[in-house]
Amino acid sequence: MTQLDLAPASPARKRDWRPRIARHATLAALIALVAFNFAFTNHFASLQTLYVNLTQVATIVIVGVGMTLVIATGGIDLSVGSLMAISGALAPIIFLGKIAPIGEIHLAVGVAMIVAVLVAGAFGWFNGWLITRFRIQPIIATLVLFIAGRGIAQVSTNGNLQPFKVPAFQWIGLGRWLGAPVQVVIMLVLVVAAMWALKSSLFGRQILAIGGNERAARLSGVPVASVKRWVYCISGLCSGIAGLVVIAINSSSDANLVGMGMELDAIAAVAVGGTLLSGGRATIWGTLLGALIIQLVRYTLLANGVPDDVAKLVKAGLIVAAVWLQGRGRT
Amino acid sequence: MRKSSLISFLSSQGVLIALAALILFGWLRYDHFLGLFNISTVLRYNSMFALVALGMCFVIMTGGIDLSVGATAALGSVVSALLSPYGIIAGTLGGVGAGLIIGLLNALIIVRLRILPFITTLATMLAANGGALLLAQDQSVSVSYESGFTDIGQGDIANLPVPALIAGAAYIIGSVVLNFTGAGRTVLAIGGNEDASRLMGLPVDRVKFLTYVVSGCLSGMAGVILASQFGAGQPIEGVGWELFAIASVVVGGTLLTGGLGSVGSTLAGVMLLGLIFNILNFENGRGFISLSAYWQSVIRGAFLLIVVILQSRLTDRADREEAT
Repeated sequence: MTQLDLAPASPARKRDWRPRIARHATLAALIALVAFNFAFTNHFASLQTLYVNLTQVATIVIVGVGMTLVIATGGIDLSVGSLMAISGALAPIIFLGKIAPIGEIHLAVGVAMIVAVLVAGAFGWFNGWLITRFRIQPIIATLVLFIAGRGIAQVSTNGNLQPFKVPAFQWIGLGRWLGAPVQVVIMLVLVVAAMWALKSSLFGRQILAIGGNERAARLSGVPVASVKRWVYCISGLCSGIAGLVVIAINSSSDANLVGMGMELDAIAAVAVGGTLLSGGRATIWGTLLGALIIQLVRYTLLANGVPDDVAKLVKAGLIVAAVWLQGRGRT
Repeated sequence: MRKSSLISFLSSQGVLIALAALILFGWLRYDHFLGLFNISTVLRYNSMFALVALGMCFVIMTGGIDLSVGATAALGSVVSALLSPYGIIAGTLGGVGAGLIIGLLNALIIVRLRILPFITTLATMLAANGGALLLAQDQSVSVSYESGFTDIGQGDIANLPVPALIAGAAYIIGSVVLNFTGAGRTVLAIGGNEDASRLMGLPVDRVKFLTYVVSGCLSGMAGVILASQFGAGQPIEGVGWELFAIASVVVGGTLLTGGLGSVGSTLAGVMLLGLIFNILNFENGRGFISLSAYWQSVIRGAFLLIVVILQSRLTDRADREEAT
């Protein structure tokens, strides 16, 4: 059965230039979009426009980094939005002193951030545990927390809105560091770290090996289960950070809304960026570009008076066109 | 061979046993649980999910997935509400037609362009959502009450809610198609091994095409019922329906890798997840506990967790026994 290779083998040379062209095509599309905006959108060439777009795209990219790693192993993580809601619900509970009052606000904020992100990471690890221990398909295993996770967030806040005004905390979503928005800095740090990890670390090579051929990876001594658990854990940690950013921007935490639909945005960014959806080949850089393109297309349309509903139709077309042009993620 | 049929028996009948246990529990514990009013309310409301899950069941049995069903239902509800002044038939055809268009789009992209179902239906979900909001101009569209359109969602025939009759008919047809027609057997063959099915000369592409079209139409019909039942076409309804439907199908014992599945167990899966909410309401009504509606997603998630773990243990054991 295994000798019978039904897929037509494409020549090795063809394989070589294709991803390169696809990668440059993503960049070229982004440059074309920027050029178009310089020419036709009023007030586009300003630092403010740059920051508006970057702050809006930051949470998608932060989640997208974790998602790229998950998809690189051949998996998928549907629970990211719900994990954002959990971390977003938990942090205010802690720093508002609802469990135990903490006098020093900076300490309270620090504890809140660390606990919230770690809890999201622990839920991510749980996803990985389900997938590796019981050999459940990733889409189903993460569906469990997609459904239950938001419920946990809602139950822990009783579904109430948690408003707050804590500058020490909101720095993560509203503050500036060396002139740049803090969440953009976080985004860039994560992007660079993940790029390095995928390219140069053992962990990164193991991720790609698993996505390329899990059985072969296992036979050649890659600790498949442990790598996978870590990958889902990282995705959870990224979601936890993104959840904090979102509630900091909103000055409130609404468990019903935080991270709603984020799984789809992140997957779309990964797909447009050119990461192979069946695993084995991943580009964090592409995910960043993909998220930027989706964001910029929407911005361009809105800035030029096209309603948001049409922007959604365009985004849909964009996803299909990008995946089709790259010839990736095909059945 | 006999072992694997035992496994499929357990994983398909397990949901029926659980459903029966849940109904028994409700009947013993609550006075009006099996009252006409409660039964008809539960059936009326859950028939929308039942229709969506039926389409999803066929798609999943071929090894695919359809994420666009919720947005398609919302689009269907808007179109049918807009057409409802022209009568019950125009409204229904409009909603189903809208679903047909999304289904055709899915089928064309997946079968002709060979793009993964997951990505394709993710995109068409966005498209349907955008289309629904455009047509509805960002607000809910109230239906006409003069044309009799609301009978589809709110009416009864012989004490049975019309939506439940529609869903029941759809499930009977679905069951017959799956078990007694070539197309139905091909659906399972594709899910079992697509390449082998192709080599055997089965019309793989045509049948896959059909499953997505049918899923679109059923979602559109769910939208018609939604609009008619609640008196308005709702462009932002349907969020998360796709995952609810997937959960129902999985709880019903259909393997997500395709190749194995049952229409009846899917219906049982829908009823099981729907009854959890119903029982939660009754329990709160007794006043001992007060669990907010938010608990239902936690409980549903826990339920799904238990089912998938049990399923994986059963299939694991089957694998091991076949190996020895």
